[in-house]
Amino acid sequence: MNTKLSLRNVVVRGGKYEILNVPHLDVQEGEVLAVLGPNGAGKSTLVHVLALLERPAEGEVLFEGEPVKGRELALRRTMASVFQEPLLLDRTVGANVSLGLSLRGVPRGERRERVQRWLARFGIAGLAERSANHLSGGEAQRVSLARAFVLEPSVILLDEPFSALDQPTRETLLDELASVLAETGITAVFVTHERDEAARLAHRVAVLADGEVRQIGETVEVFSSPADETVAAYVGVETVASGRVIEAEDGLVVLSVGDAHVEAIAHGFTASEALVCLRPEDVVLALEDADVQDSARNRLHGVVSAIKPAGAEVRLVVDCGFPVVARITRRSMEELGLAVGTPVTASFKATAVHLIPRGG
Amino acid sequence: MDLVWDGVREAFRILGTGDRDVWEITLRSLLVSGSATIFSLIIGISIGASLAFRRFPGRNLAVTLVNTGMGLPPVVVGLVVALLLWRSGPLGPLGLIYTPAAMVIAQTLIAAPLVTGFTVAALGSLPAGLRPQLYALGASRLQMLWLVLQEARLPLLAAVMAGFGAAVSEVGASLMVGGNLAGETRVLTTAVVLSAQKGEFAPAIALSIILLLLIFLVNLVLTTVQQRERQS
Repeated sequence: MNTKLSLRNVVVRGGKYEILNVPHLDVQEGEVLAVLGPNGAGKSTLVHVLALLERPAEGEVLFEGEPVKGRELALRRTMASVFQEPLLLDRTVGANVSLGLSLRGVPRGERRERVQRWLARFGIAGLAERSANHLSGGEAQRVSLARAFVLEPSVILLDEPFSALDQPTRETLLDELASVLAETGITAVFVTHERDEAARLAHRVAVLADGEVRQIGETVEVFSSPADETVAAYVGVETVASGRVIEAEDGLVVLSVGDAHVEAIAHGFTASEALVCLRPEDVVLALEDADVQDSARNRLHGVVSAIKPAGAEVRLVVDCGFPVVARITRRSMEELGLAVGTPVTASFKATAVHLIPRGG
Repeated sequence: MDLVWDGVREAFRILGTGDRDVWEITLRSLLVSGSATIFSLIIGISIGASLAFRRFPGRNLAVTLVNTGMGLPPVVVGLVVALLLWRSGPLGPLGLIYTPAAMVIAQTLIAAPLVTGFTVAALGSLPAGLRPQLYALGASRLQMLWLVLQEARLPLLAAVMAGFGAAVSEVGASLMVGGNLAGETRVLTTAVVLSAQKGEFAPAIALSIILLLLIFLVNLVLTTVQQRERQS
């Protein structure tokens, strides 16, 4: 796979402070890289540097391995950005979507055809003649997405595009964006502070904190094995595993995860693959041979594969064909006599399983 | 009261009969102040855009100077321009003193700070993220400037109105650098001053009515454009 955009030893300062310090970052061609991090982590600055809107104080930006210096305008015209605010001009919706094409000198006939196609793709063909000043938040963000995708860019940068929208609108747009990204295969950098959005869209996740990339890797890997406490606190220490849907009926979804089967409650679930997420406090551990009376639908057999202290509690990883993380008090651990290698049963309710659909 | 009523009656007689001198003076006012407005827009929008978008040391001082310039006394501008254009002055050889060109220069200097100030305010009222968004859409620097000026077109119309209003109504500078020469540099304001000084109030009133009508018409047109745009 080729690298599309890279940062090398990039430092951005605001006064005396370092806003961003990224020694090394590669965005691979065709991937969706989510940049996840709290507010003030430097996410927007990172997007501005990648979009060639802000020149770093130190270091350089590479486009397909070559320094961008001196070619910024030409390269910016191969990219597109969607920001949190749609920032539409005081013109019609059609004129707004057409703007980037006009700036590139695309002929009128082609412009009209492409604008029509992308307005239709985002379900706003009927708004073409409407003034951009009279749109709802969701409509405006659809216009902003169409305005970016109509450019058919080689890279698209999305900076918290849905964070100002209400939950139902956000869900719908997230689905539409996922399908457009899957369809076009455009290289994308998607910045968000919502873990679920990152999990829904990204092939890889980079966690940014205090201007530094704390961890970057496959989505499942970052979520299931956080590199440090900051990342852990942010992504949440929990079980995250890829699953394939075997059956989905009446809201009960059965997935094959590793060697095991997991049952989950998720109404209207249609995807064929999903990330299976489980909070450690929802997992109950018992010795293999113990006679447990509970209503949990999932009862997986495994062995303790790791024990890590976490304050007054301990974090146990149980290998059930895929790693399941549980959290129990030190006292319970001693009472149960748990150690690495002990066979145990991990139980959790189907309602405790959180499914994030994957793929278009 | 007779003085006033006679003056007003005579004024409408002059307006009604279409006195040639009056129309010539009106046309000259429009030409001189119109040109000065156009020049002040070119200067004011350029400086205004730099002040609105660039961050440099001394920017606050520069903005303060512009705001001070918005209240520049026309007499002072007239004096400075007269000194520069005086036959023995630094620009004397150009032979511009007591010509309409000298009046255009003076009125441009009076209107430019107003246009600059209004431009800074108009561009400053646009969302901060708009410029990066336009660059991200592939705009060059010039394309970006053109787009933001279009986006700020409604508040910028206020700059046009203020600039033209200041140019057409000032009298001090026009008198000093134009000289109020009949058939050459006499404009509405200087003609009013002259008539009033001579005690001929009727033509003074007539010319004042024309001056007010002129300002009213220009503002009417611009305001209509502004309101229609805003409603669309």
